[in-house]
Amino acid sequence: MSKYYDVLSIEEKDFGTPAHISGSLVTLEIDGMAVTVPEGTSIMRAAAERGVNVPKLCATDSVEPFGSCRLCLVEIEGRKGYPASCTTPVAPGMKVHTQSPKLQSLRKGVMELYISDHPLDCLTCAANGDCELQDMAGVTGLREVRYGYEGENHLNLKKDESNPYFTFDSSKCIVCNRCVRACAETQGTYALTISGRGFDSRVSAGQDQPFMASECVSCGACVQACPTATLQEKSVITLGQPEHSVVTTCAYCGVGCAFKAEMKGNEVVRMVPYKNGLANEGHSCVKGRFAWGYATHKDRILNPMIRRRITDPWQAVSWDEALTYAASEFKRIQQKYGRDSIGGIVSSRCTNEEGYLVQKMVRAAFGNNNVDTCARVCHSPTGYGLKQTLGESAGTQTFKSVAHSDVIMVIGANPTDAHPVFASRMKKRLREGAKLIVIDPRHTDLVRSPHVEADFHLPLKPGTNVAILSALAHVIVTEGLLANEFIAERCEDKAFRQWRDFVAHPENSPEAMQETTGVSAELVRGAARLYATGGNAAIYYGLGVTEHAQGSTAVMAIANLAMATGNIGREGVGVNPLRGQNNVQGSCDIGSFPHELPGYRHVSDSATRDLFEQAWGVNIQPEPGLRIPNMFDAALDGSFMGLYCQGEDIVQSDPNTQHVAAALSAMECIVVQDIFLNETAMYAHVLLPGSSFLEKDGTFTNAERRISRVRKVMPPKAGFADWEVTVELARRLGYPMNYTHPSEIMDEIALLTPTFRGVSYAKLDQLGSIQWPCNDEAPQGTPIMHVDEFVRGKGKFIITQYVATDEKITRKFPLILTTGRVLSQYNVGAQTRRTENNQWHEQDLLEIHPHDAEERGISDGGWVNIQSRSGETVLRAKLTERMQPGVVYTTFHFPESGANVITTENSDWATNCPEYKVTAVQVMPVHEPSEWQKQYTRFNRVQHELLSRASQTAATDHLSS
Amino acid sequence: MDMNNLVHMANKIGVFFEAMPDHNDALRDIVDHLHKFWEPRMRRQLLAYLDSENGKDLLPIVVEAIHTHRNQLSQKNQSI
Ligand code: SF4
Ligand code: SF4
Ligand code: SF4
Ligand code: FES
Repeated sequence: MSKYYDVLSIEEKDFGTPAHISGSLVTLEIDGMAVTVPEGTSIMRAAAERGVNVPKLCATDSVEPFGSCRLCLVEIEGRKGYPASCTTPVAPGMKVHTQSPKLQSLRKGVMELYISDHPLDCLTCAANGDCELQDMAGVTGLREVRYGYEGENHLNLKKDESNPYFTFDSSKCIVCNRCVRACAETQGTYALTISGRGFDSRVSAGQDQPFMASECVSCGACVQACPTATLQEKSVITLGQPEHSVVTTCAYCGVGCAFKAEMKGNEVVRMVPYKNGLANEGHSCVKGRFAWGYATHKDRILNPMIRRRITDPWQAVSWDEALTYAASEFKRIQQKYGRDSIGGIVSSRCTNEEGYLVQKMVRAAFGNNNVDTCARVCHSPTGYGLKQTLGESAGTQTFKSVAHSDVIMVIGANPTDAHPVFASRMKKRLREGAKLIVIDPRHTDLVRSPHVEADFHLPLKPGTNVAILSALAHVIVTEGLLANEFIAERCEDKAFRQWRDFVAHPENSPEAMQETTGVSAELVRGAARLYATGGNAAIYYGLGVTEHAQGSTAVMAIANLAMATGNIGREGVGVNPLRGQNNVQGSCDIGSFPHELPGYRHVSDSATRDLFEQAWGVNIQPEPGLRIPNMFDAALDGSFMGLYCQGEDIVQSDPNTQHVAAALSAMECIVVQDIFLNETAMYAHVLLPGSSFLEKDGTFTNAERRISRVRKVMPPKAGFADWEVTVELARRLGYPMNYTHPSEIMDEIALLTPTFRGVSYAKLDQLGSIQWPCNDEAPQGTPIMHVDEFVRGKGKFIITQYVATDEKITRKFPLILTTGRVLSQYNVGAQTRRTENNQWHEQDLLEIHPHDAEERGISDGGWVNIQSRSGETVLRAKLTERMQPGVVYTTFHFPESGANVITTENSDWATNCPEYKVTAVQVMPVHEPSEWQKQYTRFNRVQHELLSRASQTAATDHLSS
Repeated sequence: MDMNNLVHMANKIGVFFEAMPDHNDALRDIVDHLHKFWEPRMRRQLLAYLDSENGKDLLPIVVEAIHTHRNQLSQKNQSI
């Protein structure tokens, strides 16, 4: 075990107040011991760093001190009275005493008052063993309580159990205010207040509402901060206190929060955000913190299954039989249709090691390059665009860097919903005064929320990102706001001059673009000036940039802006893609694109191929393979007949569902490896049980290029981790792989990939996490990229001509549909729909502006039919002014909503990333589900019957064996 | 594979590079892109279409690019 991070220790030290970063140090004496700490540090923290824990209740190191409980009193020589050590900063030469008979009696008095209004059911209390009030009663030596319970007290207050994951028991509240500060400072939601005064003061959510009715987003920060059982996880109430913990990484979004899985044997009691995790620094959102129950859901697939045709019932078989069948089918298909007739899909939800093995199996055992990943449908334009301009397919910063930003530009991203923990960091910086520019068709939460308001919101029409970005560049160039020195030194001259001349054309001016983008020229000019001259300016962008016909062009336009203003290569600036799934970055890094070997090296590069050919002992094809959408087209063509699909639901998540379904139905062998019978599995011939992130070792790489460990906390439910299954399949295809642990796979990646050369599990244990590149030049990793030089040498400006999408609105399809997601649900929802998160979002809704609704006679909550050129579906309507007239919006978390039945196959010109964000539609009120939905319901029912028949046979098999 | 779709995709690549001020660079970049990102069967089909249908519906710049750098698009597959 490493001496740096004792990942198994359950206790994390609470220093009482947050760390202060200051150049100057102060030396003082605490209980006769010299202590040196940064200026601004509290006495409490200085003492804690020296190992002296001053009693405390209202202080905790995740929030600023408040000084209300008076338990942390100390004596300071030469000063009168008993100052609170949490709110008193250190001073040079100060002599502090933390313990004396007087202090002891003062503290005991405080405790006595607290306890006189606190229930004494400690033995049966859920916090027993994890209660700071108990601890302090012990520390202060409280032996009796002289005030009786006859007086006025709060012991009979009602418990609020409305939140599915935690309870609020006001009778146990000591009004320390930690939760209120956590909600404000850590989370930035301001859902909690102290209502009433004096004796009547109580914590309340919203306007004295139940938690579920308030603004609360269930991030858990208040629960984490609460010293008592007042705010308590329901899982702890049910299961009791955990006995050991393991540090691991959240498997939901690209923030990649570190968590302690707190366990009892093999059972998770709760997931607690890990303070030493550098991506999240102790914060979390409702998904990672609470929505992990899916891992043990009864729908988990636990038996391998096969069937000849998708209309046959599933047949439960042994692992060996399933894998042997899959391998023989793949071989048969290759024999019949040729080497290139099969392929594989890497999951951006699985680990780096698992992804690496799938692409290795495809390239080495299938002998072709037909491998792709779900990043195709989200951030492939980021990979392409940033590689072309800056030289590396990744974001440039750490999340923490935002604390140094003066201007934050958010384009096509909704971080409060999709990247909540990063959003909390961002909001903190905005509250400190950073300026905000939001470019988004919708009025997202960031545009205005408590204590945050965008300085500029550019509500553009969907599909016009490139027009807006060129207009911003036009202002920067023509108003003389370029960072000339930076450009001259760091960027290619010829490309720069061509670009400058291009954006300076009058047709790129905000005035000329106004008609196209729907954004007033004045707003665009103001935003451009602010971005170029406001100090450190950082761009954060999401799928609202990439999922367009011009996705790659927009990414390049963003990089152009950053280079033009010199906003790259230091803290507080940069170009930052907010990645969707947990391991989008990682799955791209380890070579899951059909044209690239690990480390973003093109398959046509013979030196790289040589390297892998030697290591793998095979020939590697020098030509790119099929991308996911090309696979579907080739399937319909009869030249692509077999697919190995690990942990990815292409039927639900890819556009034009009916086209995808037709393609899959045309294939002869589809092997799906997943934890649930997902939509794709309904078209599969072999079903291999997958393992959840709790059941395996590995690593994920988040949007900051941070590689973090995923640690196994329980054995795989179906016997094997996903990487083991790939190894077994490859072996049956005649390509043995000899790994006994994922660490060996990482060693191989490190050996073959220059940017990963220095990465190993030992180093990850030692450092906690590593941002690649990590090699001899950067042994500790690289927090910020392109510091003195771009990865490609000189930065390259690229001309980004705006081209309107083919998805045009017409009389027949007069509205634009755009898509997104909500906080509580995750992508296709296979995991979150199997948790209580449904209480926040139980169906996908069509958001529509009241004006558009009225024109069509649509009422709030009524059924509406949404029709596009690809198909139609029916959802309930939600009238909201968040939408601009002419634009409607929905999420895609529920399969029966069929959001992707309507999206078209139109895609990014460079990468084929689907244009999810723009579909021309018509919306009309109706009374019943669409034809597709009726069909879906039938098909879905049949498939579940086929599965349950198999499960029954499996159960009997087990009994009889 | 659906020829309309391939033509459509090729044209979009053409449109992007058409904006480049240096025409020869644009021609080279179009073919480079097809070479780097299109699987051989897609390229083969596009070439066959160009030959048989004389490039109908393809943008002139795409046709010109392929004519200029055609040999780069033929497959260099290794045999196994
Ligand atoms: S769970 Fe989060 S949002 Fe809800 S009250 Fe607590 S801190 Fe605030
Ligand atoms: S709920 Fe907990 S954290 Fe909040 S004031 Fe009460 S005891 Fe303190
Ligand atoms: S922000 Fe993302 S990584 Fe963090 S807990 Fe939430 S879902 Fe998990
Ligand atoms: S901990 Fe300092 S006053 Fe409460």
